Amino acid sequence: MNHSLTRERQLELYYYMQLNRQLEERMERLFRQNKIVGGLYSSLGQEAVSVGTAYALETRDWIAPMIRNIGALLVKGLKPRDIFTQHMARYTSPTLGKDGTSHFGDLKVRHVVSPISMLGDLIPVMAGVAIAGRYLAQNIVAMTWIGDGGSSTGAFHEGLNLSATLHAPFVLILENNQWAYSTPVSHQVPIKNLADRAVAYGIRSRIADGNDVLAVYNTTKEAVDECRAGRGPILVEVKTMRIKGHAQHDSAQYVPRRMLDFWKARDPITRFEKYLTESKLWDAKQKSEVDARIERELDEDQKFAEESPMPPPELAEQGVYCDGCHTIEADWHRPKNELMPPASSVEAVWEVADFGALSEVGAHRKQASAAGGNGKKSARPAAKPVTNVAPKEPPKSSSHGPAQSDVSKQPALRVPFGRGPAKGKPFEPRPHDKRGRH
Amino acid sequence: MPETTMLEAIRQALYEEMERDPAVVMLGEDIGVYGGAFKVTEGLLARFGRDRVIDTPISETAIVGAACGMSYLGLRPVAEMQFIDFIACCFNQVTNFIAKSHYRWGAPVPMVLRGPSGGGVHGGPFHSANPEMYFVHTPGLKVVYPSTAYDAKGLLKSAIRDNNPVLFFEHKFLYRRIKEQIPEGDYTVPIGKAIVRREGRDLTIVSYAAMVHTSLEAAEQLAKQGIDAEVIDLRTLLPLDRETILASVRKTNKLLVVHEDTRTGGIAGEIAAIVCEDAFEDLDGPIARVTGLDTPVPYAPPLEERFLPNKEKVVVAASELAKY
Repeated sequence: MNHSLTRERQLELYYYMQLNRQLEERMERLFRQNKIVGGLYSSLGQEAVSVGTAYALETRDWIAPMIRNIGALLVKGLKPRDIFTQHMARYTSPTLGKDGTSHFGDLKVRHVVSPISMLGDLIPVMAGVAIAGRYLAQNIVAMTWIGDGGSSTGAFHEGLNLSATLHAPFVLILENNQWAYSTPVSHQVPIKNLADRAVAYGIRSRIADGNDVLAVYNTTKEAVDECRAGRGPILVEVKTMRIKGHAQHDSAQYVPRRMLDFWKARDPITRFEKYLTESKLWDAKQKSEVDARIERELDEDQKFAEESPMPPPELAEQGVYCDGCHTIEADWHRPKNELMPPASSVEAVWEVADFGALSEVGAHRKQASAAGGNGKKSARPAAKPVTNVAPKEPPKSSSHGPAQSDVSKQPALRVPFGRGPAKGKPFEPRPHDKRGRH
Repeated sequence: MPETTMLEAIRQALYEEMERDPAVVMLGEDIGVYGGAFKVTEGLLARFGRDRVIDTPISETAIVGAACGMSYLGLRPVAEMQFIDFIACCFNQVTNFIAKSHYRWGAPVPMVLRGPSGGGVHGGPFHSANPEMYFVHTPGLKVVYPSTAYDAKGLLKSAIRDNNPVLFFEHKFLYRRIKEQIPEGDYTVPIGKAIVRREGRDLTIVSYAAMVHTSLEAAEQLAKQGIDAEVIDLRTLLPLDRETILASVRKTNKLLVVHEDTRTGGIAGEIAAIVCEDAFEDLDGPIARVTGLDTPVPYAPPLEERFLPNKEKVVVAASELAKY
């Protein structure tokens, strides 16, 4: 594996993944003791995705997790006690008991936007965060996650198209865990690699093995760096597997046994432990020290949560509006007068780089200025309109997209599930599945 | 002072707020180069630039979602629905994401969602609606619906400066039909305060938006019949100014509610409930209402006329009520 993480930082990746897993195991026990008020959604087997992606971000960057991305919240600096108290509906939770699970955030310090249960809506919201960050010259990247299931929503399309059109510094992690509740991905989307959808938005994409935390980290880090450098949004598909059911009540009998075994054999934490041992990055003593630290922290935070009170009933009536309880002030990293007239003034005309006819595809490409100008005047296109030109050759299928794969060139293949083996055929990763690996 | 249309007053509010505060940005469909379907935003792109006046793809969910995200970083976005009917396309963003944000996790959403609404211009079922009550039923939002140029400017400025998501309805029938002298420069009109447009003793007519003008015309005719009607303009539907309504009913003892929105689930029902709860013993007659029909807004002029309340319908209802 080719990566630049120091030993300390690799051990930190292990720490966050194991913290994520142990925290959730404790919550399962609490669930069985009826101490979790609502549902509990396990991310078992997906810890490398949550941790590896968020670990590629800077403190100033913004995230909006999905419900299973507890590891991303931990990496962002939120504490196990926040997760415990949220699930147990305590007054000490970040939402004071008004919402549960991972439905909380932190605008001022950690830069975390709370998810809602309706999937896809975070994508346009985080596109807006990215645009605002650029407007304020904060040099931030905005990241959110979407599942294979959520990628079918209209909000996914609208948000990704808007972010592409506005060239937003936005990273979308498509966390393909093979199942949308009880429906396998092959029955939701008729393409093998969901990253291929990037072609349709004119944005770049990558694919990584979601159960290999270093592959996830490396791929995401490159994506984040490119994004910060102004190359526009990027879609990163990580292939993983939801090992448990949709939530605690769901025994997931619908998952084929062989598929479960296949993925269990690729457990991200076991794999990473093996790697750390084989690479001599730790020994048994050092591992037990990290594990003991996790136990200690979780003991303390679980105790805190269990001893915390429920909210007072009258709280239900409070906080519908912001009545001056929050100060709203943007963090400006550029002089405001750049954004005020006369500096902000432009000629209100469209720049149209090419005229859309078949015969001239590409003809005016080099004259097109980069999208997402910073409010500065740019030259009007020098291209002259060409009229009444019949196409000289039949239209070609578009294969010039910036994404890295072309579905049409791949042989038609019915895959029973995820990256698992086809019937009677040993599993062998196909070349394009290795794109995210190093 | 020059006479100003409601449309011009709205543009002035946008212009002045953008001059005042670089945190104010706009996004919507065709608002920049084209200046908006009704030309409300004409001239703003040229003055404030592409970072502050953002032409978006046709995607209402993305417009509203992005505005919400921008507001989380302390900006004050004003998002436009080309016609307010299209707010249905982003219902989830508005009701689940934005409205619940502050209550759930303490994240204020200081944004405005504005757009042309209402009938009387032969727009048909998808360009004439009054969808305000979907949102009056959604805690966390504020819903503003002005009837005059003065109020439109002052309320829009208040909406932009408010820390909460404000839905700002602009009745398109009024855009260019009403004109009045409004003071130059900065002033605001408070959100959540109704106003008595005409004082009277015999009965109270509560209304808002275009129907305020219909109600005032009806009141003039009623005066010729010896009925002295008080007319209240709600201006804000959420939060509702209960006190102004109750004070008037306690004085006149009779209440008629007039709105263009459809009848079932319209705000007349909520106002009737409030008055029954808090001023039942002051009532001398049944609470009456004149509203749009419980149908979509039809296209053909005779059908739309049938749909809409008008002066005659208000006069008939008020005359009946006055007999108690």
